[in-house]
Amino acid sequence: MIRYEYGGDEFIFVELSEEMSLEANFKAMAITNKLKEENLNSIIDICPGNASFMIRFVPEEIHPNEVIEKLKKLEAEVSWEDMTINSRIVDVPIFFEDPWTHEVLMRFRDRHQDPESTDLEYAARINGYDSKEDLIKAMTDSPYLVSMIGFVPGLPWCYQMVPQEKQIEVPKYVRPRTFTPERAFGFGGAFAVIYPVEGAGGYQLFGTAAAPIYEKEQRNKDFKDDMTFPRQGDIFRYRSVTLDEYNAIRKEVEEGTFEYLTKDFSYKPQDVLKDPKAFSEDVIRRLYA
Amino acid sequence: MIKVLQPGLQTTVQDIGRIGHYEVGMPPSGAMDKYAFTTSNLLVGNDENSAVLEITYMGPKLQFEEDAVIAMTGGEIPPKINDEPVGMWETLEIKAGDVLSFDFVKGGARVYLAVRGGIDVPVIMESRSTYTLCGIGGLDGRPLQEGDVLAIGNEARVDVQIGQSIDASLIPTYGKSHEIRVIMGLCSYRLTEESKQKFFDLEWQVTPEANRVGYRFKGERLNFVEREQPFGAGSNPSNVVDLGYPIGSIQVPDGVEPIALLNDAVTGGGYVTIATIISTDLDKMAQIKSGEKVKFVSLTIEEALEARKEVKEKLDQIRKQLI
Repeated sequence: MIRYEYGGDEFIFVELSEEMSLEANFKAMAITNKLKEENLNSIIDICPGNASFMIRFVPEEIHPNEVIEKLKKLEAEVSWEDMTINSRIVDVPIFFEDPWTHEVLMRFRDRHQDPESTDLEYAARINGYDSKEDLIKAMTDSPYLVSMIGFVPGLPWCYQMVPQEKQIEVPKYVRPRTFTPERAFGFGGAFAVIYPVEGAGGYQLFGTAAAPIYEKEQRNKDFKDDMTFPRQGDIFRYRSVTLDEYNAIRKEVEEGTFEYLTKDFSYKPQDVLKDPKAFSEDVIRRLYA
Repeated sequence: MIKVLQPGLQTTVQDIGRIGHYEVGMPPSGAMDKYAFTTSNLLVGNDENSAVLEITYMGPKLQFEEDAVIAMTGGEIPPKINDEPVGMWETLEIKAGDVLSFDFVKGGARVYLAVRGGIDVPVIMESRSTYTLCGIGGLDGRPLQEGDVLAIGNEARVDVQIGQSIDASLIPTYGKSHEIRVIMGLCSYRLTEESKQKFFDLEWQVTPEANRVGYRFKGERLNFVEREQPFGAGSNPSNVVDLGYPIGSIQVPDGVEPIALLNDAVTGGGYVTIATIISTDLDKMAQIKSGEKVKFVSLTIEEALEARKEVKEKLDQIRKQLI
């Protein structure tokens, strides 16, 4: 059942599905893209979510019920399976089990489901992996769809492009931490994220991204136009790197010479849904070609 | 130039906010009490969106290094020029060398100080508002510090008369218990009927965690309808598949201590949201202090739009009075 809800007098929130799925995400993307194309002055924000989306509007210019009518019509008309998504495939280097997130996760052990192990050991165990190395392999073998941006500027929610039975799922901390380091790589529910800036957070902590995804100084090339790097619809491939490579990337970032390895790529939702495994392999081949 | 002799508890540069970037996770920031903010600019003849200082609980001590026209609106934190009490909601003159300071807060929580011309700081993503979490906007992305110097801009638009003030009927009063109007919805289907009722029946106490990011309330636990958690949501019954949070929405992590998400809040996340504060009552939220009591009142969308219209009409009255 699709829910259309008032978010006060300035927002309409639409929940397409209570459960996460690529289908729900693509559908939200299709509806919000159509609405964006209309370029209406009465609409202030169009925010696609994971399995939902949200619209902010000017009630003096359009009545909330008119917004709902419009969205219902779009929902009925839109064909999302064969829409073309113009996106980028991006290589995102992660240093797993790094000392910085390790220090933080040990400090907040009393807020975790399993104070006796690390976040990575815990996640490997409850997802049926023999070792944390096997879990890292599973997380880095297949790419992710950037399914939503938000929380803080630029934070990408990433949903792995694998069938549901292969999805990794972990709970959030029992009580959220009051601190998470900048660029921490975390996992919560079925989503991988990178925290753009330090702050509170409740996702399991597995590592640290070498490169920024938010840069307010706008020094590196990928940030010249926007302070935030990820865009909804992007495909991220998380790649495990050593401390040496991590340090080399940090040096580039600090010198302002870093640039993400990206490839422009257009695809249709049906390409992913038909054969996720073949799609993943194709994506990774294109990225490193 | 304005020299900051003492910064106050938390004084930030704010305008109407960084609007239209919610999609990338950028909250609006901006003045929390828009009514008081707009009125302060009107009183000094500024562009209505000029940047002002938002003063919280404890006022700063500021030395003006040039003659200026100023106005203060919002909560009752009594202002003084050279230790002499001066009025709020009134156009004032201040001379080069004069010192503006404040007494202890008597009512409300936030004062808006507009200076004719506006506070001049760099514009970041179409706004001068301070967003401290990411360190952008305002003065170096942070609250004022001792020794800071603020430049005055050139956004004066219309002439004003020193001594002009707002009709008393248009000045809000600030008590210690508050009614905040909301529209129930978003994911309120997750609450049991009993807990929905409880949300409106209880008098909630504002905890010390009450700032520009959000206000946290103490009361009783709210319970969720039992279900098998949907795929991707996480295991706590208050978890949902991460979704967008409207400005003013109220989330209930684990069913304890609801949090109202305000101007600098996160734009999305994985906790159930159950209601949204209507835009006009976000102004009221800005004037609530820790320890005070809040009762939530449920409105229909038409009632919320009516409330919105009433505030717009009041601002129109102020515009007319001042021209």
